[in-house]
Amino acid sequence: MSFINYASREINCKIVYYGPGLCGKTTNLQFVYQKTAPEAKGKMISLATETERTLFFDFLPLALGEIRGFKTRFHLYTVPGQVFYDASRKLILKGVDGVVFVADSQEERLDANIESLENLKVNLEEQGYQLEKLPFVMQYNKRDLPNVSPLEELRSLLNPTNVPEYEACATTGEGVFETLKAVAKLILIDLKKGGR
Amino acid sequence: MFGPQSSLVMYDEELKRINATIEKLLREANAKVIFLVDKNGQLITAVGETEHLDTTSLASLTAGNIAATGGLAKLIGEKEFSILFHEGEKDNLHISIVAGRVILVVIFDQRSSLGLVRLRVKKASDELGDIFQDLAKKAEDMEAGGEFQSPFAEITDDDIDNLFS
Repeated sequence: MSFINYASREINCKIVYYGPGLCGKTTNLQFVYQKTAPEAKGKMISLATETERTLFFDFLPLALGEIRGFKTRFHLYTVPGQVFYDASRKLILKGVDGVVFVADSQEERLDANIESLENLKVNLEEQGYQLEKLPFVMQYNKRDLPNVSPLEELRSLLNPTNVPEYEACATTGEGVFETLKAVAKLILIDLKKGGR
Repeated sequence: MFGPQSSLVMYDEELKRINATIEKLLREANAKVIFLVDKNGQLITAVGETEHLDTTSLASLTAGNIAATGGLAKLIGEKEFSILFHEGEKDNLHISIVAGRVILVVIFDQRSSLGLVRLRVKKASDELGDIFQDLAKKAEDMEAGGEFQSPFAEITDDDIDNLFS
């Protein structure tokens, strides 16, 4: 749910990175933060445990530039991926404009991906959203590792509706900006339609 | 008053009224900073000594805080906790929910007191509630009259691509 401010000529949108524990959601945001010019970003906030696991959320505000005299700002959030933080995940989905699902490509995490995607659908429905109607992008992360599932398998299990998808390695940044651009673009197209 | 998925739209006129109200609250409550945040974490406006404050982060964390305490409230059978108070060594935070949708945050120090802030916030909340009701009505009327047009209705694919070039 975007916030259109005619007084300051700004539009604010919320993007949520979702996915199973340790799939690389925080790493995605860290890479975006590192590679963004200082004037285009705010402070990155991570509410994490002592072992650097996300406890509540990470937050990164980005200013992308102007469209037709309106400053476009995107607020990037991650959810805590660990299964038992479900109550926190629900809260972060409130008011979401677009979702990125970060899948862990390793074979042994296949079930965790499927479970997390199901959890995303359930939690969105609780907030009155439908995943099919939201700007949604799929990222297959950790493609650099040796024990990854074939792309076709991931695609058939996680992306049957064929939303935009990207292979990535968030630690080196491969695919990170492509994913972000794709979801931002879908959100702007959605706003253009004025559907919400 | 607002649908769960409708965009919050702010206009010049209402923002001026909101700012006048919270500037008055700032003076009457002897506060340092006051800001208004959408429940989703978007900063609506801020007044007072904001130069050295990261208001974007404050807004996001405040909304996270309200969301988390709202979750706690539901677990014990409450609708929400409408007022939160955080006491620090020098500065304190008074957080309250206005009109069910926006969050009013008052930062104050020893020049004021919790009692004074609570009293003034209560009065200002009513005024802010009226303004947000007007805003909601305006949005409804515009939608009903077909007047509301997204500022993004006219954008082209090129405009979008240019953002990323």
